[in-house]
Amino acid sequence: MAKLEPAFLVGEFAEPEPMLAAARTLREDGWRVELHSPFPVKGMQEALGFHERTVPHAFVFGGIGGALAGFAVQVYANLAYPLDVGGRPLIAVPAFMLITFEVMVLGAVLSGIATMFARNRLPRLHHPLFDAARFHLASDNRFFVSLVLDGHSEGEGRAVLGRLGAASVSKVGGELPE
Amino acid sequence: MSGKALTGRYHRITGEVVSIPPRFPAPRTWAVLFGVSLLLVALLVVSVTVLFIRGPGIWGNNIPVGWGFPISNYIWWLGIGHAGTLISAMLLLMQENWRNSLNRFAEAMTLFAVTCGGLYPIIHLGRPWYFYWMAPYPSTMGVWPQFRSPLTWDFFAVLTYLIVSLCFWYIGLVPDLAAARDRASKRRWQVFFGIFALGWRGSGRHWLRWRQAYVITAAIAVPLVVSVHSEISMLFAAGPIPGWNSTVFPPYFVLGAAFSGFAVVTMLAVMVRSLLGLKDLVTERHLDMLGRMVLATGLMTGFGYVAEVFNAAYAGGYELDTLMDRFAGPYAWSFWGAVLFNFGPLQLLWRRKARVAPIPAFLIGLSVAVGMWLERYMLLVSSLYRDWLESSAHLFHATFWDWSLYLGFIGLFLAAFLLFVRFLPVISQFEIKEALEEKARG
Repeated sequence: MAKLEPAFLVGEFAEPEPMLAAARTLREDGWRVELHSPFPVKGMQEALGFHERTVPHAFVFGGIGGALAGFAVQVYANLAYPLDVGGRPLIAVPAFMLITFEVMVLGAVLSGIATMFARNRLPRLHHPLFDAARFHLASDNRFFVSLVLDGHSEGEGRAVLGRLGAASVSKVGGELPE
Repeated sequence: MSGKALTGRYHRITGEVVSIPPRFPAPRTWAVLFGVSLLLVALLVVSVTVLFIRGPGIWGNNIPVGWGFPISNYIWWLGIGHAGTLISAMLLLMQENWRNSLNRFAEAMTLFAVTCGGLYPIIHLGRPWYFYWMAPYPSTMGVWPQFRSPLTWDFFAVLTYLIVSLCFWYIGLVPDLAAARDRASKRRWQVFFGIFALGWRGSGRHWLRWRQAYVITAAIAVPLVVSVHSEISMLFAAGPIPGWNSTVFPPYFVLGAAFSGFAVVTMLAVMVRSLLGLKDLVTERHLDMLGRMVLATGLMTGFGYVAEVFNAAYAGGYELDTLMDRFAGPYAWSFWGAVLFNFGPLQLLWRRKARVAPIPAFLIGLSVAVGMWLERYMLLVSSLYRDWLESSAHLFHATFWDWSLYLGFIGLFLAAFLLFVRFLPVISQFEIKEALEEKARG
């Protein structure tokens, strides 16, 4: 059976501060809140209570993994296929450092960015929120707060968004995907 | 500025940037420029075909100058590329908001310059279809690359740099692609932008994770640039050749790279601004700041020249012979040409008037690009052509095919850049809005 998409209420705000204030209040009242804005707004982190460090950690672990792999392959290759150049050491650590550094950078960046996309659950070309009437302005100059309607009634959500200053509120999702 | 005026301004910025691809402001000029660059790309195709059929013997390369244009042009291209990363990443970390009007196309410049540069060593291989032997993979031959050689370092450095630049450019582009998707009215633009925007919907948590990834990538990209160009200088300086000093070369190359790159960014900024009519987003202030960057990095490069001369004079012997040969030998034209083109017109940039006037700024940038090309050529050829034995000293003369390939790569760069200008948002509109917001609200 197809999974039911949750229903969302989307409230539109003209400016970032009321959006942040609304998100903070709603979150403290126990709603599942998300913001949508044309650019990262200062204060989003506090408003959403976002303390995740997964992406920075992914950079660190990717970097460590890359450095180890880069160094290990050089050691292995020199032992498996020894090239004696005038009796110089096979395991020439200083000469290995550049590739170790490059593979570390590559590992860190690829793992960090892949984690960013994975945690954001992107790519996802369609999302119920795109059906909201004026949601295309979220990439232009309007600011939106979306609520997941689980365990709260639609009327309750509309009332609270209105009270917090939303210029318009619309409901999307909550239907079986076609 | 009141909130309402500010959001109105955001709307205008979005419109100005993302409406460029569907309603291109200068289709005629674009078509002419693109046509010219396609002709050059055709020249590239011919040059590469002839090269693959007849081999690198069609070039002026000889022994001892086994590396001719392919390596000096490779370094020139990569050097240009580095400025894109520096503008984008270094100025992001320093929170210099004027970068926001420049970083997108500077990063695109990086990608295309690195691609042009990166192809040079491959086609220089003689048997380019074996280029993957540079990668460490468990082959049935049981052969592994020589990891103690700068040539292998180079493979890793350039590949990493290309991939990291691409990732950085693309994740910066995603939110703007989403804005373009939301504004597009024709189906084909909606599909095109829609796919590449990956379904970005400006979620707060997405932005926060995106910001973490973007800033950390920037922080890593700055030392990466330094490592890549230092490594490229090691292609020269790791060997015992007079005139290639391993303690001078890495910083000298990195600064020269930034210098040539900022010069080319200036040229592209002038071009983008007049072609697309973006004079209110790429303003006089941007040209002014770019001029200062060119001047500063140029003076640092000039210091590199002094350090080279000092070292050679201090060392004496063969080092001094090579230096004197650079001053007055058969390649003196390239040395004095580099000095003249790099540092002559540059002095005009002390004056604000020359920095903010588009045409002088463009011409000074061009002069630096030429000067830096001469420098790379001079460093390479003047050190190599006189080998230790009289019998193995040979002058290097570039042939028609050397020049045709070089022009062809310039065409490839221009064609790719023009396609970028035509089809993607050339300016990071969301970062401009973010900076305006922070400025307005403190």
